Amino acid sequence: MYIQNNQLFNREVHKMAGKDKNFSRRDFLKTSGIATGALIGGGIIGGLIGANTNKQDATTTAPGTSGETSGSTGAVRGLTFFKTTAEFEAISQATERIFPEDDLGPGAIGLGVPYFIDGQLAGSYGENSKEYMQGPFFVGEPTQGYQSRLKRNEIFRQGIQLMEQEAQSRFEAKFVDLEGEQMDEILTAFQENEIKMRGVESQFFFRLLRQATLEGAYADPIYGGNVNMDGWRMKGFPGHQLAYIKDIESEDFVEIDPKSVGMNHK
Amino acid sequence: MVTTLESVDVVTVGVGWTGGIIAAECAKEGLKVVGLERGRERGTEDFSMVHDEYRYAVRYELMQDLSKETITFRNNRKQRALPMRQLGSFLLGEGLGGAGTHWNGQTWRFLPYDFEIKTMTDKKYGANKLSADYTIQDWGITYDELEPYFDRFEKTVGISGEDKNPFWGKRSSDFPTPPMKKTAMLQRFENATSNLGYTPFMMPSANLSEAYENPDGQKINACQYCGFCERFGCEYGAKTSPEITVVPAAKETGNYEVRFNANVVEVIKEGDKVTGVRYYDTVTFEEFIQPANAVVLTSYVMNNAKLLMVSDIGQQYDPETGQGTLGKNYAYQILPGASGFFDEQMNTFMGAGALGMTIDDFNGDAFDHGDLDFIHGASISSTQTGSRPILSNPTPPGTPSWGADFKRASIENFTRIQGVGGQGASMPHKENFLTLDGTYKDIYGVPLLQLNYNFTDQDRALHSYITEKAEAIVKEMGAKTVAAGGGLTDYDIVPYQTTHNTGGTIMGADPDTSVVNNFLQHWDAENLFVIGAGNFAHNGGYNPTGTVGALAYRCAEGVIRYSREGGSLA
Ligand SMILES: Cc1cc2nc3c(=O)[nH]c(=O)nc-3n(C[C@H](O)[C@H](O)[C@H](O)COP(=O)(O)OP(=O)(O)OC[C@H]3O[C@@H](n4cnc5c(N)ncnc54)[C@H](O)[C@@H]3O)c2cc1C
Ligand code: SF4
Repeated sequence: MYIQNNQLFNREVHKMAGKDKNFSRRDFLKTSGIATGALIGGGIIGGLIGANTNKQDATTTAPGTSGETSGSTGAVRGLTFFKTTAEFEAISQATERIFPEDDLGPGAIGLGVPYFIDGQLAGSYGENSKEYMQGPFFVGEPTQGYQSRLKRNEIFRQGIQLMEQEAQSRFEAKFVDLEGEQMDEILTAFQENEIKMRGVESQFFFRLLRQATLEGAYADPIYGGNVNMDGWRMKGFPGHQLAYIKDIESEDFVEIDPKSVGMNHK
Repeated sequence: MVTTLESVDVVTVGVGWTGGIIAAECAKEGLKVVGLERGRERGTEDFSMVHDEYRYAVRYELMQDLSKETITFRNNRKQRALPMRQLGSFLLGEGLGGAGTHWNGQTWRFLPYDFEIKTMTDKKYGANKLSADYTIQDWGITYDELEPYFDRFEKTVGISGEDKNPFWGKRSSDFPTPPMKKTAMLQRFENATSNLGYTPFMMPSANLSEAYENPDGQKINACQYCGFCERFGCEYGAKTSPEITVVPAAKETGNYEVRFNANVVEVIKEGDKVTGVRYYDTVTFEEFIQPANAVVLTSYVMNNAKLLMVSDIGQQYDPETGQGTLGKNYAYQILPGASGFFDEQMNTFMGAGALGMTIDDFNGDAFDHGDLDFIHGASISSTQTGSRPILSNPTPPGTPSWGADFKRASIENFTRIQGVGGQGASMPHKENFLTLDGTYKDIYGVPLLQLNYNFTDQDRALHSYITEKAEAIVKEMGAKTVAAGGGLTDYDIVPYQTTHNTGGTIMGADPDTSVVNNFLQHWDAENLFVIGAGNFAHNGGYNPTGTVGALAYRCAEGVIRYSREGGSLA
């Protein structure tokens, strides 16, 4: 079978609108980060606050070192791939621009997407362990797909470095300190293949980043994103239900409280 | 060091639908059968945590590990073929059940027209309807000859359906189980297509409408419409797959063994017969030879062709001269369609892999092609297979692909979209073929298969014709916004399309124009059989497996007859 919705995937370039009323990073901290902090646990909020508003705290709140537990499960959140708070914060902000918080619900950061990506980059996704990675490597036609010798985690690492470089050269600031529209300008440059990357095209990095953001927003929460199943709640997706045989013939839309596949196995 | 094992009657390479059917039929007849499967054992008990879109649908948990083996691809001979480094356009199976574990279960019989396409096209439209670049040919078998085998496969699977389609071939018996449930979304398609004067019917489904016991005594449960079907295994044993039917049926005879982690790299040929196969234990990398009286290639389109090529059996097709048959007539499928955005929410997340309604008014030669610059057509369906949030982010035309507007539109429309899609037939073209790659190898040191493929003018004409029909249906369904798919450009191996690859080891009546005869027996080696959609001389307007299953039953009969009598069955 085929996924019809793929056709609808809009390839149109995200237009930079100066008057775009996307909220800025500062707004995020005011409106969502702290308010939903209980869901997020130690790493990112500490890191963000440290970086942005309270520099003295920065060293004591580095992600992965706080050992703070989240919720009732006693799970500890930390970083398994990214090595610096700066990298993690930059990618966090980029995902939030792709999937921002709004009146429908949390954005990428509130959903734990950055942690999801961190975890994936450390594992088989990041290491390309199921991909054919034998040489020789050549630049191919777009119809031939992935031809980089780089693994996904190497592409992310380089991409983040270049996001920082662009922030410096365009705005003389760190990526995380940019206004939302400035971040969008840089992300759009990646998307339009205007940034020179080594061993891979910047549009490919952008596509990976966009896709990973959606994956983190909507994958089962067992992977660390989609916190509180809020991604599913926004979308009206009930997650893992055993069966719909009782409702399948319903004429009306059926609202169902979502369940995670992990809930089976407590 | 290579260890030579004790000889068996029949060895199959791969244990999916085709390998399983051969095993069951031959083992029931008392033949000793070994199935060599490169992947792992798996079954219903492995699927209790399967409702995980990320692991199964996005990261392809059940599919081929490309780090070991892939194919290379180019659109045309001017390009450099490069490896398909990650899965995309089609999803190759691996492990017990093959792709039959994670298929949708939409189960069709190709049309009578398909099997005699060349004769019928020439007769009705003249010999020059398509240019000579399109290498269409008859299949060397008719629908009527294949009908008993269709019937057999459908009874093994327990297909749920209704015989209400005026355009398909005559059936010797009704569907084994009644059609699936007709949902509100399907009724909307039914009403619209009826209003337009077409004849909608419930899609034949291997997600069973009720519990069923097949002629082998295997039990299949009733589908629960769980919405995690396509790309997933069924935790209910309700999606008919080889590992819950033909594989246990074969095992119960005591004549069947499946050897896992066994990757075949060569078919050994001596004179005009084959003697067995050479394989690697993928865990220890030990090499073995499994001798057999009959070898049956059941390793899917790609590796069936590759194994013949690396074993130097048959003549490789050369697009320059048109000589050779191995690798010829690779075809695929086109997917014209349109999507409707509606105001009211629908239960898009509920569903089953083969829950849908279809019209065949524009399939095969059901409509006149006299004034059209293409032949054949498409089945046109609306399905409710269970939308999931990572891969379904529908947005109306003009929406940006990320950011605030994208988020709002994709969330809003997740439960407000219904599509109508065609599966368009694909005619073979002299430049579309399979061969061995000269550069890239698998981890066993064997060359990769190289795919040369692009869409053709025939594809483009058919695509735009069916797109218009789909668009009109979506309008009639009352959509607020109708988004028709764009025109066909070059074939792109990145986005998923279908796992309906065909050709390369085509069947026919003549050794000069086909690889196997109509018992799927190789023309150059009478104890070698090759089964799969690779046998198709072109691809029709449906999913392939109903026809593949019928061919497998036909082939099983051939293997059994050959084992008793020997000689060519043609
Ligand atoms: C997501 C999805 C949905 C689908 N939906 C439908 C549908 O609705 N309707 C339909 O008709 N079809 C559908 N199909 C196609 C269908 O699954 C296949 O046509 C069918 O399963 C093919 O059966 P097969 O036996 O030819 O090959 P496979 O099932 O692919 O089995 C081949 C087996 O051979 C093994 N193998 C390969 N090479 C070697 C080797 N060298 N050594 C040892 N073992 C080897 C593989 O591991 C595999 O297990 C779908 C496919 C996919 C991926
Ligand atoms: S939809 Fe039906 S057949 Fe498919 S996996 Fe769910 S229960 Fe099984």
